[in-house]
Amino acid sequence: MTDLTSSGAVPAPRKGSLLTQDERTKRRNAKEARFRMMGLIAVTIGVLSLVGLLTSILASGLSSFQQTYVELEVYLDPAKLDKKGERNLDDIAKVTTFGYAPLIDAAMTAAMERAGVSSDLNAKAAGELISKEAPASLRDYVLANPDRIGETVSFDLLAAGRIDGFFKGRVTMASAELDRNVSPEQLQLAQQLKEAGILTTKFNWAFFTAPDASDTRPEAAGLGVAIIGSAYMMLIVLVLSLPLGVAASIYLEEFAPKNRWTDLIEVNISNLAAVPSIVFGILGLAIFINMVGLPQSAPVVGGLVLTLMTLPTIIIATRAALKSVPPSIRDAALGVGASKMQAIFHHVLPLAMPGILTGAIIGLAQALGETAPLLLIGMVAFVREYPAGPPEGFFDPAAALPVQVYNWTQRGDPAFVERASGAIIVLLVFLVIMNIAAILLRKRFERRW
Amino acid sequence: MFDAPKFAETKVTNNDIKIAARKVQVYYGDTHAIKDVDVDILDKTVTAFIGPSGCGKSTFLRCINRMNDTIDICRVMGDILIDGEDIYDKKVDPVQLRAKVGMVFQKPNPFPKSIYDNVAYGPRIHGLARTKADLDEIVEKSLRRAALWNEAKDRLDQPGTGLSGGQQQRLCIARAVATSPEVLLMDEPCSALDPIATAQVEELIDELRQEFSVVIVTHSMQQAARVSQKTAFFHLGHLVEFGDTGQIFTNPKDERTESYITGRIG
Repeated sequence: MTDLTSSGAVPAPRKGSLLTQDERTKRRNAKEARFRMMGLIAVTIGVLSLVGLLTSILASGLSSFQQTYVELEVYLDPAKLDKKGERNLDDIAKVTTFGYAPLIDAAMTAAMERAGVSSDLNAKAAGELISKEAPASLRDYVLANPDRIGETVSFDLLAAGRIDGFFKGRVTMASAELDRNVSPEQLQLAQQLKEAGILTTKFNWAFFTAPDASDTRPEAAGLGVAIIGSAYMMLIVLVLSLPLGVAASIYLEEFAPKNRWTDLIEVNISNLAAVPSIVFGILGLAIFINMVGLPQSAPVVGGLVLTLMTLPTIIIATRAALKSVPPSIRDAALGVGASKMQAIFHHVLPLAMPGILTGAIIGLAQALGETAPLLLIGMVAFVREYPAGPPEGFFDPAAALPVQVYNWTQRGDPAFVERASGAIIVLLVFLVIMNIAAILLRKRFERRW
Repeated sequence: MFDAPKFAETKVTNNDIKIAARKVQVYYGDTHAIKDVDVDILDKTVTAFIGPSGCGKSTFLRCINRMNDTIDICRVMGDILIDGEDIYDKKVDPVQLRAKVGMVFQKPNPFPKSIYDNVAYGPRIHGLARTKADLDEIVEKSLRRAALWNEAKDRLDQPGTGLSGGQQQRLCIARAVATSPEVLLMDEPCSALDPIATAQVEELIDELRQEFSVVIVTHSMQQAARVSQKTAFFHLGHLVEFGDTGQIFTNPKDERTESYITGRIG
């Protein structure tokens, strides 16, 4: 009461109708409308760039899930494959892939005759429609089934990258004129074979299972080794960083005395989260490879480096989750005589679980997409051998999904750009799955108090 | 402001000292929150702590089961003896102390677990029940003591957080008595409750007096008058006056007590 009477200038009561807005209200409303508009513009820009990004990746990458194959009846000529006729594997293995190429050329000619397709091209030029990978896979087949020598076996052989590109619209008659690797005549032949049903386009399972391939045979390149490598690394990251991170957070948040040292540790953890990832790569190279002597290109080193990178993320998320548990729950537990440890593990931790899991999965997703540190520890190497099963496989050379993307974008053949985009799609699908898992886990563990 | 107090009908029947505090000082950092508090709390008696906000009554209450240990900057000096034993002795484990001195908080804080698990938690961690049947019995007895059994017996597996505010507070009381403590500390147990729930809890406090020594902090002088036999008035960290509830409210010796209960300070 006294406040009102003692203050000097009492504002005059407002006059005027409520149905009209005064100047001040109009200005305030205009301000709000402007702010809303800006927010809407910001969101629109964000959504549009996301749509643009996804469209461009899908447009250039979706075709990598289709692949052109040539169906051929190949006569496994014993005169060429096993001159001694003893079916001795050592002798058969002496025949290199060069020995298999004529078989394919012959099969091609036979197929063309049977289908009534005629061409001016010689047998070798017609055989170039088939991938250079095909003799190798033929040889692998023969080495695995030496008893089939002398028989005629039906194969789905990979078409050459340029032919595959022709059906995906990447290669045209005009570009073939200027191309040393393919001629317009070969494209015409491919078109005829397609009409005759010898050339078919199928879903590209090999993209997910096959290892990487050399520069000249993009049609054979796949993500098999990269997916295994990434999976191994994620396993190592999960197994190491989740318990370590959660234990460190619980100690720092609940048990550690609050003094200068813990402040220092806290600042350092926050800084560590902001350290450029390539620095972790140098660290991994210096410590895990040079000092400890772990092998290069191995998922174990990648996993350790990514663990170091993920730890700060998990620690920060876990500490935030622990902090957000209401203190009344701690009081309640301590009040009935629970020890600090029991209060934390029985009551605080279950309530903090959704936050911890979300943080962990976001950290893992970040690690899955990380490229720079892996380049430095040699995961960029060209790896065609599948790593062994875990745990020995952790020490075998492997690739990783993001590094495979980087790797393929470095290659000259445009077919690799398509593969890289395809690999990005695969990577994005994994990330989306992880994020959905995070949301589901959060829903599952969320409890009201 | 304050007229026609209805005093707890029962008078002090017991003169065994349960808790003896001597020259207790509490510091929060540099703030001297409790100054030279001497008090004797009797067994099987309800003792009320009253006083204006920030006078230190809750702080002192939390000293009795060492809940202040969880606050880093809090230091407690002086002696608090329960049954003649110094609870701030280095050999005392606060976990054992808190099993002996239960606590009910201002805001109902059931665990986000089932009603059964809420009550069974204390007995479980202290190993009070050998078999499931024993535990069931403890849970039922505790819920009956807290006058919650009839409402809760058909929904023991439902979350305790789904109960109403008054029920939640009674659940917290059941949880506190489940470990069979000797002293029950209550920090403004009714401040979040409506009058009906408050009446139920007050009735309960009077029943609990048969077995426990109850210490209750309250902002409501009527409540102190209704439930307690002994009342302590705190002001600015000092224990100003301590005596029989009837005497404090009708014939206060100290000027400050009189000012407070007549509504002049607060």
